[in-house]
Amino acid sequence: MIEARFHLTRPGDPPFVLSVEVQAPSVGVTALFGASGSGKTTLLRAIAGLEKIAGGFLKIGEAVWQDQGIFVPTHQRPLGYVFQEASLFSHLSVRENLEYGARRSGGCDERQMQQTAEMLGIAHLLHRDPVTLSGGERQRVAIGRALLTRPQVLLMDEPLASLDQTRKREVLPYVQRLHRDLKIPVLYVSHSPDEVAQLADHIIVLEAGRVVACGPLGETLANVETPIRLGEEAGVVLEGCIGERDERWSLARVDFVGGGIWTRDTGCVMGARVRLRVLARDVSLSCEEPVGSSILNYFPCEIAGQTGDEHPGLLLVRLDVGGSPLLARLTRRSAEALGVVRGKRIWAQVKAAAVVG
Amino acid sequence: MPEESLVSLALTFRLAAVTTFVLLLAGVPLAWWLSQTRSRWRGVAGALVTLPVVLPPTVLGFYLLLLMGPHGPVGQFTRWMGLGLLPFTFAGLVVASVIQKLPFVVQPIQNAFEAMGRRPLEVAASLRASPLDAFFTVALPLARPGILTGAVLGFAHTVGEFGVVLMIGGNIPGVTRVAAVQIYNHVEAMEYAQAHLLAAVLLLLSFIAMQAVYFLNRNKVVVA
Repeated sequence: MIEARFHLTRPGDPPFVLSVEVQAPSVGVTALFGASGSGKTTLLRAIAGLEKIAGGFLKIGEAVWQDQGIFVPTHQRPLGYVFQEASLFSHLSVRENLEYGARRSGGCDERQMQQTAEMLGIAHLLHRDPVTLSGGERQRVAIGRALLTRPQVLLMDEPLASLDQTRKREVLPYVQRLHRDLKIPVLYVSHSPDEVAQLADHIIVLEAGRVVACGPLGETLANVETPIRLGEEAGVVLEGCIGERDERWSLARVDFVGGGIWTRDTGCVMGARVRLRVLARDVSLSCEEPVGSSILNYFPCEIAGQTGDEHPGLLLVRLDVGGSPLLARLTRRSAEALGVVRGKRIWAQVKAAAVVG
Repeated sequence: MPEESLVSLALTFRLAAVTTFVLLLAGVPLAWWLSQTRSRWRGVAGALVTLPVVLPPTVLGFYLLLLMGPHGPVGQFTRWMGLGLLPFTFAGLVVASVIQKLPFVVQPIQNAFEAMGRRPLEVAASLRASPLDAFFTVALPLARPGILTGAVLGFAHTVGEFGVVLMIGGNIPGVTRVAAVQIYNHVEAMEYAQAHLLAAVLLLLSFIAMQAVYFLNRNKVVVA
């Protein structure tokens, strides 16, 4: 368990405020999500000890890193930190960069070095000079360098934000692999709903320096009581596995608790665990079973709640599909015509869903 | 080349080498402090270090002469230490040159430390390097072009020094009569040929020094 309490006000116009009391689980990836200026990077830096916020409290597992009269300096905290820009040491080779942290945290094991380098696809770059690497390669080296210090917690500050789309797609699979293989908690700062949907297990949503929502990813995203302002990106993430593959039409069915959704076959093997992202704008409602529609996926469900969307003409409706949540976005006019009330049985049609990892 | 010219050249290089060595020992920590501190003394300290750039060498030399002379506090201290008086000695020249050349060494090094920013040090800290460790293994190597530039500038400036040397060291052959002073002596004595020879050596040396500085700074900041 990671427990952090920080309160900070910095003068300015408007003043910068950070006032958080958060807990993150000691397994899995916890996303610190929010717009720029929401305080997520400051919070991460405070956890790393790079920012000294007086009166703060920070406990990682059993170890207190900050409290009254206690401030463990960054270099004595067993953490790994991946910065937004890779920040490799330009006077050292890739290998020396990797060894820098490893040497200072209990020695450098050649086998572990090779393993990490292979996991991140940088084994062939070890002798290179960092300035000759692409942005994506640099960021992978930076991740490896942080991991080789055998950290107890990995802090990542928008590690993909400085990369273009192509490089992002190149690095993301490695980060997802970390997510699968790593036994330590990861705090991942991001402002991209896409990355969060692919990587996070838990989410802490920051707005203007305050926590507005936190909890397991699926539940938190689908919560209409404290909606996260995602606009077009509003939606849910469902955990499921590949239940059937239809080779003739190149489709695969992802089964989740309460139903199954046919989606484009991305080549995952039968039974593979995947995440499915369903955006609210791709879900529509119908009072009758929508036979004779081009939409493949529809199921009966129950209306579990609703909230206004960012636009006054729109609504976000939470649905319960046999235990799994879905969000649907519709106009208030349609909602009235359909008679959307809590508890009503209705048909949901899913126009599109994407396997995100 | 006449013997007295050679003697003055040898003295000049000895002075420049010792001065540069002392300048680096003092200048690197000073530049580091100036680049990192948020102390309110930073402005005053920076101005004091930079002062010799605009101060006439004779003015600086005059005050140093008073300070290090038999009635000055530094002079009384060196006497009490049993070192005698510094003016008109080689050691006195070194002290004066170090103070006079400090800005030329400190500024490029300070610029290099500042251009580096805090990020490399934060990265080092996140990789378990203590501040001292990070200074030696990250800050110093990254600032190397700046440090070399400072060393070259400090050396070249000392080789060419005239005013302060004349005030503090006078004109003693083999002890304080450096090349620049020797050239002045040659010209005074209408020995233009000898003056030419020494002047050419200094000209060539200065040109080489500037080439080195240019070479060191050709691709200034590399960020990976």
